[in-house]
Amino acid sequence: MGMTLGEKIIARAAGVPVVKPGEIHTVDVDYLMSNDGTTHLTIDMFYHQLKDPRIADKNKLVFIIDHNIPAENPKTAAAHKKMREFAKEYGIAFYEGKGVCHQIMLEDFVEPGQFIMGADSHTCSYGAVGAFGTGIGCTDFLYAMVTGKSWVLVPETIRFNLTGKLKEGVYPRDLILTIIGDIGANGCNYKIMEFAGEGAHGLSVNDRFVLCNLAVEAGAKTGLVEPDEKVVEFMKERGRRYDNLFASDVDASFMKVFDYDLSKIEPVVAEPHFVDNVKPLSQVGEIKIDEAFLGSCNNGRIDELRVAAAILKGRKVHPDVRFLIAPASNSVYLQALEEGLVDIFLESGAMMMNPNCSVCWGSCQGVIGEGETLISTGTRNFKGRAGHKDSKVYLASAATVAASAVSGRIVGPEAL
Amino acid sequence: MSSIFKFHNDVDTDQIIASQYLLLPSVEEMKGYTFESLDGEFANSVKPGDIIVAGENFGCGSSREQAPGVLKALGIKAVVAKSFARIFYRNAINIGLPVLVSKDFYDAAEAGKEGDLDLAEGKIQYDGVTYTCTKLPPYMQNILNQGGLIASLNRED
Repeated sequence: MGMTLGEKIIARAAGVPVVKPGEIHTVDVDYLMSNDGTTHLTIDMFYHQLKDPRIADKNKLVFIIDHNIPAENPKTAAAHKKMREFAKEYGIAFYEGKGVCHQIMLEDFVEPGQFIMGADSHTCSYGAVGAFGTGIGCTDFLYAMVTGKSWVLVPETIRFNLTGKLKEGVYPRDLILTIIGDIGANGCNYKIMEFAGEGAHGLSVNDRFVLCNLAVEAGAKTGLVEPDEKVVEFMKERGRRYDNLFASDVDASFMKVFDYDLSKIEPVVAEPHFVDNVKPLSQVGEIKIDEAFLGSCNNGRIDELRVAAAILKGRKVHPDVRFLIAPASNSVYLQALEEGLVDIFLESGAMMMNPNCSVCWGSCQGVIGEGETLISTGTRNFKGRAGHKDSKVYLASAATVAASAVSGRIVGPEAL
Repeated sequence: MSSIFKFHNDVDTDQIIASQYLLLPSVEEMKGYTFESLDGEFANSVKPGDIIVAGENFGCGSSREQAPGVLKALGIKAVVAKSFARIFYRNAINIGLPVLVSKDFYDAAEAGKEGDLDLAEGKIQYDGVTYTCTKLPPYMQNILNQGGLIASLNRED
């Protein structure tokens, strides 16, 4: 019996020839990423709970401040200071205000075939380049920081066979929300979601990131796409290695296989308060919005900014709407400046934010008030996710978000 | 005896402890905000030794360890759910918060009533009926028995 792509990456990390679902293995972790959502607690545990505080390999660690940046109050500032000083003391790669952690990892670190743990649930994004990324808490992080290792229960793989092409005006964001709506918020709990077939390989690395990033919203341990020549090209451009290009064997065993014809996907919206509460945009009805957000690790890259700019060009944001745009990283922001997209956004009346988790994190920027409604390209629409517990978040593509910002209610660009 | 606090399916980690409290200096300072959006009185009314009963996919969403952390800090004896989201489940075991899977206890359990949970046996006595929870794999049970992952690491060191 052959192995799936995910099983091969775990086998490599475990230093064994074969792994099977259900087995527990000890693995070497290639990178450990932690952000300001939890690192201050990890550092406290490092100093106060360990018998022998030590770091196995500082070169495997990446600390990124991206959630509450710039700090909005003295307690956050203290948490950041703790993280900054720890990184300096131990010589850990440290980023602050340069972008959302997963975008930084994609731009500067991740290579195909690696096994990466991150203290953030959307670490599952790295499957876009054929790496196994998975989210952990601070205790797992601390254990791996000290030992260089962690334990993994090998998950079963569920394959999503993608055929055809997305229609004009339909985006990978619509595809992944459709899939999550179909299988449910725990439809892949404890599993690997593998996106395969010509439909998957027709997508850019950016688009694959959009798919893998939301795998956790179906409960998955990670999302993966077999790395191909597009991934090799991506690595070459950045001077990184690509010697572990794994692929699922022909006789690999999948727990289930789902088939999706991309040409049949329509624009969709995830309604409050669950990511799997998905409806076709055409059936959403008259929903007035107070705020719109374009950004996040899911949908704040140059491709999405271009889509939004094409819709906003020559138009104005509705006077009753705040439209916040946070590019996913400084390099995305610079590219948007170079292409003149930022001019279009500012002329339309949108607000440009620094690269950070912003409204998707719902804590330091663009927080919405009681009874307010947000349409967002963020990752989640949980109750209170963007602010007040009695507010509402709708999730949609960059095109729908930009069109809604202009219209003042939830619509696609064709309605403008 | 443990009082029962009951929650629905798909309780996400934002409901357990919201983002705006996560950068407070310690879990102790966060615990007063537990389940704030679902039950504003929860943190005041829960007592050490009480249990949480929930439906499918408890703890879905973010990897914030503060979620099992605040429950442990409040003295919750265990969470008994139909199923757990994987990161929450792993985090709970790592910090030594018992998480038990029972498919049939949820429908029987009533909020505010009391049950008798035997953690070692994974059995709940409630309303004259015994409910048996699914056993953890030995590897994870061992982490929990040692008081969590850091305690087990300190033992190795």
